[in-house]
Amino acid sequence: MAWVNAIIQGILTGGLYALFACGLSLMFGVMKVVNLAHGDLAVVAGYIAIGVITVTHVPVLWSVVIVVPVMAVLGYVLQRTLIQSSLDRGVLTTLIVTFGLSVVIENGLLQFFTANSRGIGAEMTLVTSSFKIGSQIEIAYLLLLIFAVAVAVLLGLQYFLSRSKYGRLIRAVADDKEAAQLAGADYRHVFGIAAAVAFGTVALGGIAFGMYSDLDPTTGTDTILLFAFAAVVIGGLGSLWGTLLGGVVLGVAQQIGAQINISDELLAGFIVFLVVLVLRPQGLISRRAPS
Amino acid sequence: MSLATQTAAGRTENFRVTRSRRNVVWTGAGALIVVVVLAFFPYIVYSGTTAILVQAFIVLTVASMWNLLAGYAGLVSVGQQAFVGLGAYFVLILALHGLSPFAALPIAAIGSGVAALPLWWLVSRLRSGYFAIATWVLAATIMLIIEKFTSIGGGSGMPLPGFTGMNPTLLTAYTYWAGLIVTVLALAGIYLLLRGRLGLVLTAVRDDEVAARSSGSRVGLARLLVFVVAGVGCGAAGAVLAISQLQVQPSAVFSIQWTAEMAFATIIGGLGTIEGPIIGTVVYMVLQQTLQSYNAWYLIILGLVAMAVALFARRGLWGLVDERLNIRLFPVGYWLRPGKQGGP
Amino acid sequence: MTEPETSQRQENGTPLLEVRDLVVHHGQLRALDGISLTVFPGEVYAIIGANGAGKSTLLRTIAGLHRPTSGSVLFDGKDVSGVRPERRATQGIVMVPEGRRLFGSLSVEENLKVGATYARQGPWTIERVYEMFGWMRERRNQLTAQLSGGEQQTVAIGRALVANPRVLLLDELSLGLAPVIVQRIYGMLPQILASGLTVLLVEQDVSQALRVATHIQCLLEGRTTLEGRPADVTADQVEAAYFGLAAAAAAGPAGEGSEA
Repeated sequence: MAWVNAIIQGILTGGLYALFACGLSLMFGVMKVVNLAHGDLAVVAGYIAIGVITVTHVPVLWSVVIVVPVMAVLGYVLQRTLIQSSLDRGVLTTLIVTFGLSVVIENGLLQFFTANSRGIGAEMTLVTSSFKIGSQIEIAYLLLLIFAVAVAVLLGLQYFLSRSKYGRLIRAVADDKEAAQLAGADYRHVFGIAAAVAFGTVALGGIAFGMYSDLDPTTGTDTILLFAFAAVVIGGLGSLWGTLLGGVVLGVAQQIGAQINISDELLAGFIVFLVVLVLRPQGLISRRAPS
Repeated sequence: MSLATQTAAGRTENFRVTRSRRNVVWTGAGALIVVVVLAFFPYIVYSGTTAILVQAFIVLTVASMWNLLAGYAGLVSVGQQAFVGLGAYFVLILALHGLSPFAALPIAAIGSGVAALPLWWLVSRLRSGYFAIATWVLAATIMLIIEKFTSIGGGSGMPLPGFTGMNPTLLTAYTYWAGLIVTVLALAGIYLLLRGRLGLVLTAVRDDEVAARSSGSRVGLARLLVFVVAGVGCGAAGAVLAISQLQVQPSAVFSIQWTAEMAFATIIGGLGTIEGPIIGTVVYMVLQQTLQSYNAWYLIILGLVAMAVALFARRGLWGLVDERLNIRLFPVGYWLRPGKQGGP
Repeated sequence: MTEPETSQRQENGTPLLEVRDLVVHHGQLRALDGISLTVFPGEVYAIIGANGAGKSTLLRTIAGLHRPTSGSVLFDGKDVSGVRPERRATQGIVMVPEGRRLFGSLSVEENLKVGATYARQGPWTIERVYEMFGWMRERRNQLTAQLSGGEQQTVAIGRALVANPRVLLLDELSLGLAPVIVQRIYGMLPQILASGLTVLLVEQDVSQALRVATHIQCLLEGRTTLEGRPADVTADQVEAAYFGLAAAAAAGPAGEGSEA
């Protein structure tokens, strides 16, 4: 039964990973940007949430209402300025600039907030309590909530992309940005919208992670970025629900690894990631091959 | 080498193909003098200075390797710390079995190069962003695997044996010379490599990969060679690191910070030129030494400067110098000059 | 161009689109070497020429996708040389690009909706496009990647029409399509013109171009070799302009040979 519990835990953590991954998938699918600072941006959102809560004393979940829009605006601005300039200069420059951004963010956080890890809402009953099914299965309410939020976000994204004007524009620009220009769309603006959405989701992921675990300046690159990318690659680029599938596979792999040997949780996840990367880089649900 | 060409107007002109615009003999002599002077340092400067220089040698070596990968082969690796760590651990393992760490150094370098082969097989088909992330995951995975072996220190690392009873002054001197030799060999090796066929293939790929492949260039082989050489270089640097630190800790030798250092130093100095990493390392060391007491600031500034250079001054500091003065200390290209028939 | 012909065209009003001494480079290659043209409202202006003559480059520069080295593009008398392509589209210059370039992961209707997103006011709507191309309504939810070449071409034209352009640029409509399909598509031109549009097209199929055009210009290696109305030019003149035979005859053995 311990194994069943492990698998359930793995599935639920998949929701958290999907929150990290969908923004990365969006930015890579639309703008062809691998944002190496993606994980760090989640951490920044978490730190902003901590700051907001400390200063204004709003309930923890309300910080989401403030932080997500702020991050979305930040995403639009960063895309229109830094990332667009990098894209105009080539893939190499984009990788270098986003890597530089990652290092700057991490060391900036280190400098101003020290290396101490912080949590969000650690005193809340939501965060600390769980319920049991039978004697071996224990499910944390928080994890269940995060999974539900992830599903809701994915549903929302799916609706946004398939039904709304900007969703259509984003898909069109991703297919052929020149043809979109000929139809009157400024692709730089559309990229900005996509980035705003991506940053918004990653902010949610960061806050969720801060509640589920702890945040420190290096969490972005130690865990979040690699988990996000693993979920995207395993699930398959171009598929939104693939990020959930990828997240679930990653989560389950990690939990199974932990069952074998408690310190092998991370390793198990990375090995599955590498295996997929080598054998089937287009992922489990593939719509297009990685370019 | 000279060639006769038929111009559109029908006249015949002669050109000769040379390696550089100016006579490079004096640069070679200059480089030799610099190396000899550096070799005498342990006799003339304090050990604090040699320690800083050893650090500089390590950074210069790994930066040159990163430059080879990204600037010449177009491979942006965010996981070279894997080889730095492997080099350090090779030395540790051999030292635990009784071999002198200095003797272990070349073996560690070669071992890292050999390790690069299966790793290349894993990532070779991946492009840009995927390649970068894959190298990062590989480095993280290798670190996690090594941490499982308590016999070599597990997660907390262990001190490097093999130096007990050694005269400390002698140790610092030997460490210094090891670092100097590694750096000189690395730079010389890269220079010779790029001067030959490999350099031509890589430049062709840089300009137009499809054309390069279709004209028969063994692009895959060229990239493999570059990856292995970078593995050897970073492994050697890792070995020197282990020797200079007298201990090997996984979180230190496998840290992503190595990639930050080698990438930033290369970019600021000038990506795609051999001279670039040299200048970049100087900038890096200066910043590090002056801002050391301010902890994370030097990395923040370094990162910001690197980003600015990548966006606005793509050819880096050396690029600015090169454009003005047109010197190449390490000429690896070709120049076409008008000249007499049958010229040198 | 003969004097009486110019004044006759000028009777149609001010030129809608003008290109003056356009020089465009692709890297080192000079793709257009001093091209000029004038298109008046209501005309069907056809650009013909062999591969590499610079036809598509010309159209793409007019649409704003290439920056000219020198020269200018004027729309309605105003210089648009520095205007971004998306703004030119909203001002009324809409191009149907070479190779259709539909949004492959979008359905037929979604492609049209994208075209209509930044549309000007005008007679063309998605409904009207469905009326013109009967088959489209039933298959409007199909992904465009699943359509045949001819069907894709009509969707591409529809996508441009719903933007309500003033001048429609058509780049190599016939590429990859069977002649029967091509004729059917060009058969729609009268309907398009009737709604008040002007058409500037690039076409490799010379006879097709001569059939539909009110005015024709031939390019060879970036330069204009012939201009005039289809009725005023002979087949020999067109052939000579297309292949540059007259030029080849004049140069020596090392001169530029041309082959279509």
